[in-house]
Amino acid sequence: MNANTSVNSSDTLTVSSGRPAETRRPPRKRYVFLMSAPALLGLFMFMVLPFLMALGMSFTDQRLLSPNATEWVGLRNYDRLLNISWLVQEPVSDADNHLKRTAEGELVYPRLRSVLRKNPEYKEFKEFTHWSFGDKRVVLLAKDPSFIQSIINTLLFVILVVPIQCGTALGLALLINQKLRGIFLFRTVFFSPVVTSIVVVSIVWSFLYHKDLGLFNHYLNAMSFGLIGPVDWLGDPDWAMPSIVLMSAWQAAGVQMLIFLAGLQGISGDLYEAAELDGAGPWGKFVNVTLPGLKNTTIFVVISTTIQAFGLFTQVDVMTRGGPQGSTSTVMYHAVTKGFREQDIAYGSAISVIFFLAILAIALLQKRFFDKREDA
Amino acid sequence: MKRLQKLGAYLFLLLIGYVFLFPLLFMIMSSFKPEQVIFADLYSIRAILPVGDLTLDNYRQVFEKSDVLLYFRNSILITSATVILGLFVNSLLAFTLSRMRWSGRKYILAAVVALMIIPIEAIVVPLLLLVSKLPTIGWEQGGLVLMGSWLNSLEVQILPFVANSFFIFLFYQFFRDIPKDFDEAAELDGATPFQIYRHIIVPMSGPVFATVAILHFLLMWNQYIWPIMAVQGEDARPVMPGIQIFFGRQTSWGEIMAYASFVTLPVLAVFLAFQKKFVSSLAGAGIKG
Repeated sequence: MNANTSVNSSDTLTVSSGRPAETRRPPRKRYVFLMSAPALLGLFMFMVLPFLMALGMSFTDQRLLSPNATEWVGLRNYDRLLNISWLVQEPVSDADNHLKRTAEGELVYPRLRSVLRKNPEYKEFKEFTHWSFGDKRVVLLAKDPSFIQSIINTLLFVILVVPIQCGTALGLALLINQKLRGIFLFRTVFFSPVVTSIVVVSIVWSFLYHKDLGLFNHYLNAMSFGLIGPVDWLGDPDWAMPSIVLMSAWQAAGVQMLIFLAGLQGISGDLYEAAELDGAGPWGKFVNVTLPGLKNTTIFVVISTTIQAFGLFTQVDVMTRGGPQGSTSTVMYHAVTKGFREQDIAYGSAISVIFFLAILAIALLQKRFFDKREDA
Repeated sequence: MKRLQKLGAYLFLLLIGYVFLFPLLFMIMSSFKPEQVIFADLYSIRAILPVGDLTLDNYRQVFEKSDVLLYFRNSILITSATVILGLFVNSLLAFTLSRMRWSGRKYILAAVVALMIIPIEAIVVPLLLLVSKLPTIGWEQGGLVLMGSWLNSLEVQILPFVANSFFIFLFYQFFRDIPKDFDEAAELDGATPFQIYRHIIVPMSGPVFATVAILHFLLMWNQYIWPIMAVQGEDARPVMPGIQIFFGRQTSWGEIMAYASFVTLPVLAVFLAFQKKFVSSLAGAGIKG
C-alpha cells in the first residue's frame, strides 16, 4: 500500500510550511516504506491474517491436526452455535385421563430424548433449560447448550464487573485526589494488583475463597456470630461467577482509578470555587461539578472496561475451569476449549468471529454515542 | 476539627490499602512459612508479617520439583526480545504516521486504531493454526535446519507480539505533539527521515518510550493463554503456565506461594523502580486514548 504513494500530494516532511515537494521525493517514499513495513507486516501477519483465516475456516470442518481433507460445510458451525428452538410438552396422563405424578407429586412428561429423536425437526438439538406454565412445560433447545450458557455467563460477568470495577475505581480516585501527605504511597498500593499477573492473583484468591480454610468464610462466620455457615465460593454454581467478578474488579480497578484521577485533575478549580460561593456542600459539589466534569472520562472508562470484560478467560481457566456445572464458562473459554483442547479449530474460529462481531458492535455503539455528544 | 478529619481520612485510606495489599503481602510472607504456620497465621495480622520460624524450604522444593529457572530464563528472553524489537518497530511506524506525509497514511492510522479493540483472545485459535503451518529455521545438532512448525519455540512467543496497535498509537500521540520546527531545520540541512527519527524525535521522546517499554514488559511477562496453546513442551515454557505444575495437583500452598512470589518478583521490582513515571504516564495515555 506504500508502493502506490501518489505523486501530487505534498510529499514533504513538513506540514506547516507547505513547501512544494523537492527532488528528494523517491528516496523519501522508500523511507516511508522501510520504516513502516516491519510493524505493518507484524500487524497483518498476526492480527489481520488470523482473523481472515478464522473467517474462512469458520465455514469449513478444519481440525487442528487431522489427516482428512478439509471440506466446506457452509454455515454449519454457526448453525450449531446459534440455532435455538423450543417445544411445549403436555404432561403424561394415564388411561383414565388422570395426570401422572411422581412420588413427590411432580408431573411426569415424555422423555425429552426420545421426543427429540423421533422428530427430525429437532435433530441435533439438546435441552438448554425449561420452564413450567401451568401443567405444560416449555423446553428451550439449543444445538450447543454450553455455548448459550457461556454467552449468558459472559453477559452476567460484564453486567456485574463493569459497574463494580468502575465504581471502585472512581472511589479510589476520589480518595487519592485528596491533598494529604504521602498520598502517593496509597496510589502505588491501590495500583499494585494491576501489575501482578492475573494468574498469580487468581491462585492467591483461590486460597482466600477456600471453603474450609479461606479468609472470606472465616470473616463471614465471625461477623455473623457463626450464623452463616461456610460458602463454597468457587464450588457453588450460584457463587462462582460473583466470586470471580469481585476478584477481577479488585485486580483491575487501579487502571481506571488512574484514568479517573487524570480526569479529576482536569476539572478547573474555579468551578469548585463558584459552587462554594453558591453555597454547595461536599455532596453538592460532587454532583454538580465533579460528575459532569468526569463525563467524557466515564464514557471512556466504561466502554474500555466493557470490551475488556468480554474477553474473560484466564481467571476462569485458573480458578474453576468453567465449572461448577458450566456456571463460569465464558465465550472465550468455550472457544479455547473447542478450538484448542478439542482440536475443532473451525468451530473455535466461528466462536472467534461471533465474538469479534460483538466487540465491533460495542465499539460502533461507542462511536455513535460520541458523535451524538459532539452534535449536541 | 480539621485534624480529626485528616485522621479519619488516613484511617480510611489505611483500611482500603490493607484490602488492596493483603493478598500480595500474604503471598510473599506465606512463601517463607511452613504449611501449618500459614494456616495458623491466616486469621490474624501475622498473615502479612514476616514473623515466626521463617524458612526457605518452600523455595527449595519449588526449585527441586520444577524447572522454574528454565521457565524464568525463557520469560526473560521472550520479554526482552519482544520489548526491544517492539520499541523499534512500533515507534518507526508511528513516526511515519505522525511526521511524514504519504498517501494511505490516514487509512493505515484508522486501521491501527481499529485493531486496538481486538483482544488477543479473539485471534489465538486461528493464530495457532497459522503458526503451526509456518516453517522456521532452528538450530539442531549445531547446524541450521528448516523445522516443521513454530510451535514449542521461543520465537512463536515473540514475533506475534512485537507489533502492537496500542503502543503504535501511544507513540503516534506523543510524536504528533512535538513541534515540527526541528524537523524542518534538520531537513533543510539534508537530514534523511531516519536521521530525523534517530537524532531528533527519539531523544525527545523518553517518557513515551519508557511507558511503552513498561507496559510491553508487563504484557509479555504475564503471558498465559498463548503459551498454554502454542508451547506444549517444557523447553520453551515461560513462567505463568509453569505455575500449573503446583496448582493443578493441589500440593502444598507454601510451595504455590513460593512459586508465585518468585515469578512476581521481577514485575514488582520494575514497578517499584519506575512507579512514579509509570503511574503518571499511564494516566496520561488512558485519558488521551
